[in-house]
Amino acid sequence: MARFLLARLGEVFGVMLSVSFLIYLVLEHNAADVAVKVIGQYSTEAQRALWLSENGYDAPFVQRYFAWLWRFVRGEWGSSTHYREFVAVLLPQYLSRTAILAGTAFGIIVPLAFTFGIAAGVREGSIADRVISFIAVGTTSIPEFASAVFLSAIFVFWLGILPGASMMTSGFEWPQLVLPVMVIVLYDFGYVARMVRAAMAEVMAQPYIRTALMKGASPARIVFRHALRNALVAPITVIMLQIPWLISGVLVTEVFFAYKGFGTLLYQACLNSDVALIEACAMTSVFVIVTTQLISDLLYTTLNPRIRFGIRKGEA
Amino acid sequence: MRNLGRALRRPAAAIGFAMVSVWVACALFAPWLAPYDPLKSQVPLQFPFDRAPDGGHFWLGTDLLGRDILSRLIHGARTVVFWAGLAASSAYIVGITGGLCAGFYRGITDRVLSFLANVVLSFPVLVLYILIIVTLGASGLNIVLAVTFASAPAIFRIVRALSIDIASRDFVSAAITQGENAVRIMLVDILPNATGPLVVDACLRLGYIAITIGTLGFLGLGLPPPTPDWGGMVNEGRGMAMVFPHLVVFPCIAISSLMLGLSLLADGLREASRSGSRA
Repeated sequence: MARFLLARLGEVFGVMLSVSFLIYLVLEHNAADVAVKVIGQYSTEAQRALWLSENGYDAPFVQRYFAWLWRFVRGEWGSSTHYREFVAVLLPQYLSRTAILAGTAFGIIVPLAFTFGIAAGVREGSIADRVISFIAVGTTSIPEFASAVFLSAIFVFWLGILPGASMMTSGFEWPQLVLPVMVIVLYDFGYVARMVRAAMAEVMAQPYIRTALMKGASPARIVFRHALRNALVAPITVIMLQIPWLISGVLVTEVFFAYKGFGTLLYQACLNSDVALIEACAMTSVFVIVTTQLISDLLYTTLNPRIRFGIRKGEA
Repeated sequence: MRNLGRALRRPAAAIGFAMVSVWVACALFAPWLAPYDPLKSQVPLQFPFDRAPDGGHFWLGTDLLGRDILSRLIHGARTVVFWAGLAASSAYIVGITGGLCAGFYRGITDRVLSFLANVVLSFPVLVLYILIIVTLGASGLNIVLAVTFASAPAIFRIVRALSIDIASRDFVSAAITQGENAVRIMLVDILPNATGPLVVDACLRLGYIAITIGTLGFLGLGLPPPTPDWGGMVNEGRGMAMVFPHLVVFPCIAISSLMLGLSLLADGLREASRSGSRA
């Protein structure tokens, strides 16, 4: 276990290092460009040259990269040119708002997806299965910006019972959270439900379920005691791997409803060529994904006794 | 092809196939199907069914610049089918080449390619797209480039896993013993045996790429403005959606129906290949 963990951590470290290099390469390979982005288009040639030499941009690229990396690791993320604020102050505020949005959505997606997935997977091919599968395919097929439009058309334009924007200008208001959460739930729950359904259907076809049935166990006992525990292993890891998707979905949803979260922050940073902010946001999102992948791996190996650590190594 | 036939016997898959066919037909015959020129300004902000100056109808209304929305939707199908098709083919060429090499040669080739794939896959997809498009600028070719960069690793993983499995079979060993050329083995012996799962994946991926192009358009990072593009139409109409919902609702229906069609078709194909291999 310790060796597996160490190897995996090493890999994660390598990935993060490569990602940081890629991000720095893309955003700051051209020093003159960075100067224009940071001090503005109307700066003079002399001002730019001064800024560049003051901030160590005269050094060769590789040296600059390591200097930047060192600062970044120590939490010196620079300041945002668009928001005129330190990135280290900005990021936690916006991240916490996204955590509220994504957390609420996740808290609805998981129970909903499990209920529907189990109901569908218990009897493969039944009416319930077909209906639930169709709904799951249907909802995952609607892109977030489209479901945001449909839901706004219904609840804001037609019924007029929910606010159409979620800027939260006068403090936190629950009604403004309803539509964004609905959009994310609608897009994501179908996928998880299908995973649960597939795992459940596979387990229900196993001989030991038939044995339990012939033994006279009640259907509830079969589902909850025999099937469920074995069917949960795969979906739990899948749910963890859903998080990158959730981040993409949250970004679109936040931009649509003007919700001031991480997605809007990243989007605005990109639109305004806010170099320091893009770097911090991109690194944060990659860090979140890599961490969830690691947790998903660990969960899979600890939940499933059939997976031995040696096997993974041989297979890789 | 046999799987397609078997899949179409299921009603859901047949509906999916029909939906996709309608949009492909729109894309192919756009100039003949569209009632008006998609770029021509007529009467701005007409509601659906309003009369056009030439005596016809604006069946789905007109946009802020007075362009017929139905015509723009039909021409938009051409945009999305063309660019999504091109982007998907490019991603598949890169992903398949990498996957075949990694699965056939293994060793250091596999390690390096797998690591690169892991690096790319540790970005949230949309963040990757936005970063690439913002750095390179918004144009059709840059979208193709961004999609290739972001989707090829996932395709690579699928092809790699399949070719590792297939390369361990006897007929591949036989081909190696015969002294056949490596490229020939990969293309003639391994790739054709991996097509089943790839076709299903391609259906879904094409849909996701269409969604991506739409989403980029919605974020204002898609194809440059006069091009009729579904996501771009939503972006342009958003500001007035509270008064003129038809500006945004119809393009959203268009993209959702294309994606739904592709998902239903992919599902049908998957079921068909599963039941086919059982028999």
